[in-house]
Amino acid sequence: MATADVIAANRLTKRFGDFTAVDAITFNVARGEIFGFLGANGAGKSTAMRMLCGLSTPTSGSGTVAGYDIATQSELVKRHIGYMSQKFSLYGQLTVRQNIALFAGIYGLKSKEIKERCQALAESLDFTKEMDMPVAILPLGQQQKLSFSVATIHNPDIVFLDEPTGGVDPITRRQFWEMIYKKAEEGTTVFVTTHYMDEAEYCGRVSIMVDGRIQALGTPSELKQEYHARNMDEVFRRLARKAQRQ
Amino acid sequence: MIGCAIHITNVSKAFGTVKALDGISLEVNRGEIYGLLGPDGAGKTTLFRILTTLLLPDSGSATVCGFDTVREYTDIRRAAGYMPGRFSLYPDLSVEENLEFFASLFGVKVSDNFDMVAPIYNQLAPFKTRKAGKLSGGMKQKLALCCALIHRPEILFLDEPTTGVDAVSRSEFWDILTHIRQSGMPIFVSTPYMDEASRCDRISLINSGRILETGTLDEILHRNSMPLLAVKGENNYHTLLALRKVEGVKTAFLSGEYIHVFTEEAFEPATLSAIEGVREVKVIAPDIEDVFIKIMGNGNS
Amino acid sequence: MRNSFTAFIHKEILHIIRDPRTMLIALLIPVVQMVLFGFAISMEVNDVEVLAAAPEITPAVEAKVSQIAHNPYITFKGYIATEDVDRAIAANEAMAVVVFSRDYGRSGEAQVVVDASNPVTAQTSAGYLTQILNGTRSASAPGITILYNPQLKSAYNFVPGIMGLIFMLICAMLTSVSIVREKETGTMEILLVSPIRPVMIVIAKMIPYLMLSCIDLALILFISKYALALPLSGSLAALVVTSLVYIILALALGLFVSTIVDTQMAALLVSGMVFIIPVIMLSGMMFPIENMPLPLQWISNIVPARWYIPAMRKIMVEGLGFGYIYPELIVLSLMAIALIAVSVKRFKIRLQ
Repeated sequence: MATADVIAANRLTKRFGDFTAVDAITFNVARGEIFGFLGANGAGKSTAMRMLCGLSTPTSGSGTVAGYDIATQSELVKRHIGYMSQKFSLYGQLTVRQNIALFAGIYGLKSKEIKERCQALAESLDFTKEMDMPVAILPLGQQQKLSFSVATIHNPDIVFLDEPTGGVDPITRRQFWEMIYKKAEEGTTVFVTTHYMDEAEYCGRVSIMVDGRIQALGTPSELKQEYHARNMDEVFRRLARKAQRQ
Repeated sequence: MIGCAIHITNVSKAFGTVKALDGISLEVNRGEIYGLLGPDGAGKTTLFRILTTLLLPDSGSATVCGFDTVREYTDIRRAAGYMPGRFSLYPDLSVEENLEFFASLFGVKVSDNFDMVAPIYNQLAPFKTRKAGKLSGGMKQKLALCCALIHRPEILFLDEPTTGVDAVSRSEFWDILTHIRQSGMPIFVSTPYMDEASRCDRISLINSGRILETGTLDEILHRNSMPLLAVKGENNYHTLLALRKVEGVKTAFLSGEYIHVFTEEAFEPATLSAIEGVREVKVIAPDIEDVFIKIMGNGNS
Repeated sequence: MRNSFTAFIHKEILHIIRDPRTMLIALLIPVVQMVLFGFAISMEVNDVEVLAAAPEITPAVEAKVSQIAHNPYITFKGYIATEDVDRAIAANEAMAVVVFSRDYGRSGEAQVVVDASNPVTAQTSAGYLTQILNGTRSASAPGITILYNPQLKSAYNFVPGIMGLIFMLICAMLTSVSIVREKETGTMEILLVSPIRPVMIVIAKMIPYLMLSCIDLALILFISKYALALPLSGSLAALVVTSLVYIILALALGLFVSTIVDTQMAALLVSGMVFIIPVIMLSGMMFPIENMPLPLQWISNIVPARWYIPAMRKIMVEGLGFGYIYPELIVLSLMAIALIAVSVKRFKIRLQ
């Protein structure tokens, strides 16, 4: 079922001079899957993700995202993905509605569609008076939920989440993951990078990168069993301690 | 008041109309690691800044090592070691130069107090000529800790020291704190990560500027024990929606690989096993995150 | 705390020498500006191309034309017919045409026709020609003696202006950015939560930039004397003292900015808009203050460079000493004292 894979990476490699940041990683992510992409600082996560988003060309190896080649069709790749990070913020001075319209417009939605999406989002996020408030004055958790909604407003095939829920309160966090599950259920593939292992437990499958290579890949239960660990934190620490890089 | 490193009485602080802290009271004893757990925006940093004399409280009072944070702020500035939330070293100075600078800021020599930082600094020693800006997240954090310790403070304030650092470095960092604690130095530390509660001697849960709970982790878990079911389904999203329709289920929410379900007292767990797609149902003890959610929920309603 | 103060200065010096941009601004820009304004960008008018038109070339005309042709700033291009004057100017054949009347030398007149598409060049060219033409006239025309800068060299005018600009740039801009950077990166929190006194933080921040400014002062004076051949005939003591007061004033301005803004970008913008532009526009560096509308003249009084630059001109170009610049020196000193007082008072011992 190769065609069902939304991400297919085949010996994907990125070198900077003598330094191999990403070393021949191979993995596939299926449609609607929630895939956790873990690794210590400097393990090569961000470099790998930048390649998958079409922002950086692989030194060797190949990959497709949403069916498009990441090296030769990066513009098409960009059009079919969504991206959200904790650092990437919405425009604080603009209202919720203006932010939605702005990003929907960037992704080429028509004004009628934009109106509909605004309506739908207001309902799903339970925003009423918030729609016309500047984003900056909303609580952080609500900003993050909005940020996720905006990143997926064009119904991308895949959404990349870069440490999405760091620092939010536990209730918001669980609501946030519920949104992610819902989106995945609707067919959007979710690709999450994080170094918070409790976030990894929410993922369908996780990969753990050490020194530019994927050292482990499987469902959280499988990995915990394989490494005789109580939780993902232990699995991760056992693997990441072997890292040579500084 | 011997043995009391920090004493906070009814401290409030507002920024404009936003109440950052609303009547906070707590006590930190000598020789303990005291954790302030709460999400971003809960008021942790504001409390740290009041204790480290960077901000004035609107009302209430606080002492650190017996000194009043408002009147005797110069004494506190001499006594406290502080690591602010953001990376706060000079990126263009080397590891060595940063440490020397922060030592001389307090009028001490690195060599006089090297024993304070030796176990940590020795890990950094191979990179001592490297610019601080080029260090990895975990190393920056260790260097920042060295810089906060080099003047042999009487108390250590660490504001979200582990934010943005990977799991291995985080764990190592907590090992270091446990080691420092043996010298009797009180450590007041904040974190948004609930799983770090187990590394603290005592904790306070904070949200929206209010303390929700205080005590040891076990005390808090014990005080808030309640029946909790963990359910795992074929497809957790479908199962979650199904569970919410079951009579007797109070709340159901995702928690990692499982769905945590709070039920009415007399609920029979087997009812859930019968739902289509449910693979596993077990009774578990709530963890600190569950407790936080429960207390937060009470506060809201 | 003997140790911590010197350690702080040492740290600041490290910041400066490790940041190529700061070094570039501090050391390269003064040199580049001196060279640019001294040589390349010039308000002097050289090689004015001049034609002569006369109905008949009498000995009187010939004598005058030969005087014109010998002037070092003028290139004489020949005679044309009187009816060709407009066409020659339109065709850019010459900057100016001297038109002699038929009986020039006895009762007739000469007229200068100038291409004024660039008013500055036109005015100067006309000036050159009028001077030559007047030379032979009767004593009724006033004789013009140009003092201090007989060749009207623009470097004389610009060097004081550049000094006013450079010190503002280095002191106000770099100091404010460097203090605000500590706020932005969070290091200010640690500095405040240490026993070092906030005043000491401020002074330690200023000293390296003061040193840097002194280096620049020496550099500018060196280039002025040896490359631009300025006379520098005035009192060196007055020059150094006035410059130091101006530098300290600029440092205080930088400090003041750092107490009102929280980001490096804002510091840069405020220093640029509020300090650098007035130095250029309102100090008399480019445009004479006397020609400004009255309200702008009032505003110019609060621009420090408006006092510093004229003082420097008096010393460097006119060769004067303390006796002639004390009004400027007093104004600058008062401004400096007031600003330091306000800034130190505003510099917070806490975050809020």
